[in-house]
Amino acid sequence: MTDTAMADAPAKAATGGNILQVRNLEAWYGESHILHGINFDVNAGEVVTLLGRNGAGKTTTLKSIMGIIGKRTGSIKFNNQDIIRSTSDKIARMGIAFCPEERGIFSSLDVRENLLLPPVVRAGGLPLEQIFDLFPNLKERLNSQGTKLSGGEQQMLAIARILRTGASFLMLDEPTEGLAPVIIQQIGHTIARLKKEGFTILLVEQNFRFASTVADRYYVVEHGKIIDGFANSELAANMDKLHTYLGV
Amino acid sequence: MQALYAQLLVGLINGSFYALLSLGLAVIFGMLNIINFAHGALYMMGAFCAYFLLNLVGLNYWWALLIAPILVGIFGMILERTMLQWLTGLDHLYGLLLTFGIALIVQGVFQNYFGSSGLPYAIPDQLKGGINLGFMFLPIYRAWVVIFSLVICVATWFLIEKTRLGAYLRAATENPTLVRAFGVNVPRMITLTYGLGVGLAALAGVLSAPINQVRPLMGADLIIVVFAVVVIGGMGSIMGSIITGFALGVIEGLTKYFYPEASNTVVFVLMVLVLLVKPTGLTGRAA
Repeated sequence: MTDTAMADAPAKAATGGNILQVRNLEAWYGESHILHGINFDVNAGEVVTLLGRNGAGKTTTLKSIMGIIGKRTGSIKFNNQDIIRSTSDKIARMGIAFCPEERGIFSSLDVRENLLLPPVVRAGGLPLEQIFDLFPNLKERLNSQGTKLSGGEQQMLAIARILRTGASFLMLDEPTEGLAPVIIQQIGHTIARLKKEGFTILLVEQNFRFASTVADRYYVVEHGKIIDGFANSELAANMDKLHTYLGV
Repeated sequence: MQALYAQLLVGLINGSFYALLSLGLAVIFGMLNIINFAHGALYMMGAFCAYFLLNLVGLNYWWALLIAPILVGIFGMILERTMLQWLTGLDHLYGLLLTFGIALIVQGVFQNYFGSSGLPYAIPDQLKGGINLGFMFLPIYRAWVVIFSLVICVATWFLIEKTRLGAYLRAATENPTLVRAFGVNVPRMITLTYGLGVGLAALAGVLSAPINQVRPLMGADLIIVVFAVVVIGGMGSIMGSIITGFALGVIEGLTKYFYPEASNTVVFVLMVLVLLVKPTGLTGRAA
């Protein structure tokens, strides 16, 4: 799909109504122009994955949606409300939650405090029992310092803490990065289960083998633009192209 | 021996002021990353506020303990909203220079109207007199200052280390962007934190008024020692500020008894030693 085609007709969604609509999104870090007109949609209940090489603009796209990039233009509509000018705290209160690539576990807080830190923004968040059911390790480490956990446990904590806030739209930035295969598998099961629970998930991944186990649709980001998009059912047919895009 | 106990008490009282002031500085530094040189001037404003409340409005010491920190805290929040917030992300030096300038202006204005001599502020009737402990005479007001300061310090520590609000503060100290992305209004929290730190300084000012008189430069004299206390304790460490504040007050008092000539310099000698051995302070963590 060409850039223009993507702008006009984002990849068709399979599930519920449109929840996020991004049009002509541009973003800057200081003087550096990172995003050059991103266009895509996410529908309710979907898992959509942004694929792309390092530095393509995937993380910046998530950060722009979350409102933590200083300068951004274009349009980001969440539940038909334009949030491009909203601050990140207001965006979070609309029901969007962000799990950053670096996990953002606070060293001055123990696991319990890290878990309970994000305020509940609306009803419908997972109760703690259900979170411990998803991540049993966390229950045993509640009094440990957050940064004393293993990489996998920290990732679980980073995902767990946004599940109880009531946010229905989760943005996960490379949740499998640097983790052992068995943990990656566990994160995959968790994402699948969250989808079943009705969460909508926007995932950033470089590991498309992992993404293929959870995603409904893919967008490929390169040089700050969406250059292609396809459904999971079309993955096999697009494999060659994908290898070229990702340089694998 | 009585002289030793008397100096110990003086040390504890000075330590109370050091602890309250350095605690406020630590809270502000931790959250805003600003070395608040206006702290002494705000402490002085607390004492003047108590003086005005008594002489202009007729509200006594107990009301002043409640109202002065709120009023001076609001003044601090206005300072933060109008000036300090623009320094976010800049070098510490800018905050230091700005707050030093604010301190000079505030002290200058008060000096212009009230001169340099002290204004009297009476000890409240309920706290007049003293108790003979046998080995020393304990003035009730001074005992009250020590106990009340200790309670406020522990309450502040509890607020920051053991409550949900404190968890927000500690987390925002580490990564304000992420805390905001969780839905917490971090700029408002920063303003309130500055207000809290300034309120603690004003509270110390009210406590100090009956002991030290109310003078425009009362804070300027004290703040240099308080900064030494903060450096020794470790910038940004809450418990470190409290313990070091009281401990250095006592050490200063003991020095006055054993070697009076060194009593004004002992804190600075200790500061140099700590900086040489542990530059982050006794309880501070490396940046």
